[in-house]
Amino acid sequence: MFDLISFIPRAVAQATPLLLGSTGETLTEKSGNLNLGIPGIMYVGAISGVIGAFFYEQKVGSVENANAFLAIMIPMACCLLGSFLMGFLYCFLTVTLRANQNVTGLAMTTFGVGFGNFFGGSLIKLTGSDVPSIALSITHQFYAAKLPFAGKAGVFGELVLNYGFLVYVAIVIALLASFFLNRTRRGLQLRAVGENPSTADAAGINVAAYKYWATCVGSMIAGLGGLYYVMDYASGVWSNDAFGDRGWLAIALVIFTIWRPNVGILASLLFGALYILYLYIPTGTNMAIKEIYKMAPFVVTILVLIVISLRKKRENQPPAALGLPYFREDR
Amino acid sequence: MNKKKAPFAHIVKRQAISWKSVWMIRALAIAAAIATCALVTFLLTGDDPISIFKTIWEGSFASERRMWVLLQNVSILLIISLAMAPAFRMRFWNIGGEGQVMISVLATSSCMIMLGGKIPNALLIVIEIVAAVAAGAVWAAIPAFFKSRWNTNETLFTLMMNYVATQLVAYFIIIWESPRGSGKIGIINQSTQYGWLPQIGEYKYLLTVIVAAVLTVLVYIYMNKSKHGYELAVVGESERTARYIGIKVGRVFVRTMLLSGAICGIAGLLMVGGTDHTMTTTLAGGRGFTAVMVAWMAKFNPVGMIFTSFLLAFLSKGAGEVATQFGLNQSFSDILSSIIIFFLIGCEFFIQYRIMFRKEAK
Repeated sequence: MFDLISFIPRAVAQATPLLLGSTGETLTEKSGNLNLGIPGIMYVGAISGVIGAFFYEQKVGSVENANAFLAIMIPMACCLLGSFLMGFLYCFLTVTLRANQNVTGLAMTTFGVGFGNFFGGSLIKLTGSDVPSIALSITHQFYAAKLPFAGKAGVFGELVLNYGFLVYVAIVIALLASFFLNRTRRGLQLRAVGENPSTADAAGINVAAYKYWATCVGSMIAGLGGLYYVMDYASGVWSNDAFGDRGWLAIALVIFTIWRPNVGILASLLFGALYILYLYIPTGTNMAIKEIYKMAPFVVTILVLIVISLRKKRENQPPAALGLPYFREDR
Repeated sequence: MNKKKAPFAHIVKRQAISWKSVWMIRALAIAAAIATCALVTFLLTGDDPISIFKTIWEGSFASERRMWVLLQNVSILLIISLAMAPAFRMRFWNIGGEGQVMISVLATSSCMIMLGGKIPNALLIVIEIVAAVAAGAVWAAIPAFFKSRWNTNETLFTLMMNYVATQLVAYFIIIWESPRGSGKIGIINQSTQYGWLPQIGEYKYLLTVIVAAVLTVLVYIYMNKSKHGYELAVVGESERTARYIGIKVGRVFVRTMLLSGAICGIAGLLMVGGTDHTMTTTLAGGRGFTAVMVAWMAKFNPVGMIFTSFLLAFLSKGAGEVATQFGLNQSFSDILSSIIIFFLIGCEFFIQYRIMFRKEAK
């Protein structure tokens, strides 16, 4: 029997980091920056939050002393700062120094994943625990706090209301990003920068400033995805490499949604569902099949990529200047 | 001219730059990178930088075994980087090296498992080589085909292909796992050594090193002395020019990616058939991505890639040794190598452009 009531919340939990990551990356790509450092940035966001939470927990000692506002804001501020710095570094290298975006992005991913695992490992040593993970039970409680009546409000409550606040933040951010890109003047100018920077420049738009803003804000949003993963989904437990390939999945999701954050809300749910589908489908003794299910999001993304290039609808194309550096004097 | 409106500094593209200044800038960048690494290491370990550099050196050169391991790592990284170079020369952003290696790892392993003992060993090895090279080539040519026909974005396509290949490997690991339930394959044909590539003398890693050296020369000739290599350069500089002078750009994409994939296939073959004799999902270990950086830092020059791949492999071994000695996490090496890469990527700007400061008004 397929248990939808328990399936959907788990899919949502899988989907949220992907949604945040892909919203951030969409914003970044709309400025023409193909930031392949997103997986690294999500790691940095997660570990920065963990470091903040760790020291806060050391200070307060127990749940009774913890202040809900500080318990949420300190890790979040650390996370945003960490991922902002990563986005800024990426911009400095690719926009100011005009380095190749692919190479910079891959280096950022190496750096970010290394940074996360390194400081994660160091914190684990600091706690001197026997298991290779850090448990942040105090701050986790605040991140995973749910509406008190959600569990009792029947099926609707369980499926819609019963999540930590970051899930709703993710959805709101995706809607806001969509609104910003399609309905505001600045969003239009940002898209112009991603489509044709020299025209945008000629129209008096500050190309470099837009690229910096979009990439840094995008990185911060993606960093929140990492934070959600550790603080809510993983119950405040950091263990090295646990975040896995989700960053790349977020980049896949950007293509799958054809650069539309609002579509991402449902599409991330689909990806999240595919990620855990194997748990719910009777496979008998055939354990191998779950690896095929995990492959599905990537295969589907490739198909989408092929179809949009076949159909050549102009509104579905990647930003035209995606991945290209812009230098005013190169004509 | 309104003096107030003149910017404090502006950037000018350099016309030409002597190779001396180029290497000067690069040397400065490496020095700055090493200084940063030293500072980071000092802050984390509290030991004096000199002894840390000694440890890094020992990580690669303390014993003959370590030197061989270093050579092996350099060779595999170099082979994958060589595969990346031709496509990048024509600005075809293939970041699917990881997947191309993994799929040929799968091809090699499946030959060893399915055919081991059923056909003569020499024939098996031949089939293995063909399968690995073909698998890598096909895997790489698929995105190239779509790029040439419908201009499908190759960066994103090749990126996705990596995970499809990795999941396929994961799938077959469970199918073939031995012993059952362990989640891994173990050494394939351990007792019979069916399908193992021959070992040269008593040196386990020598074959890989020789293949890497030969490939370096071949790729150098291909890129610099052949008609194909010239076509690559033209396509890279300007696709329109290439079309105008009658180069079939789409065909060049597919042809070059077949070659790239085939070289990645050799890397996969050497890893499974030559040294590791097993298949894991982490066998490529991100080297498909590192190779992109290696090739880029060397400006796609095969000889330069020997140095850059050596630099990264050396650093990663050395930083691993530092991490072990000071009880740090092994990811330390990732941090150090990415710091060096950041500096080397950044310094290219100063090679291509010059900063002009505002002149005082007279």
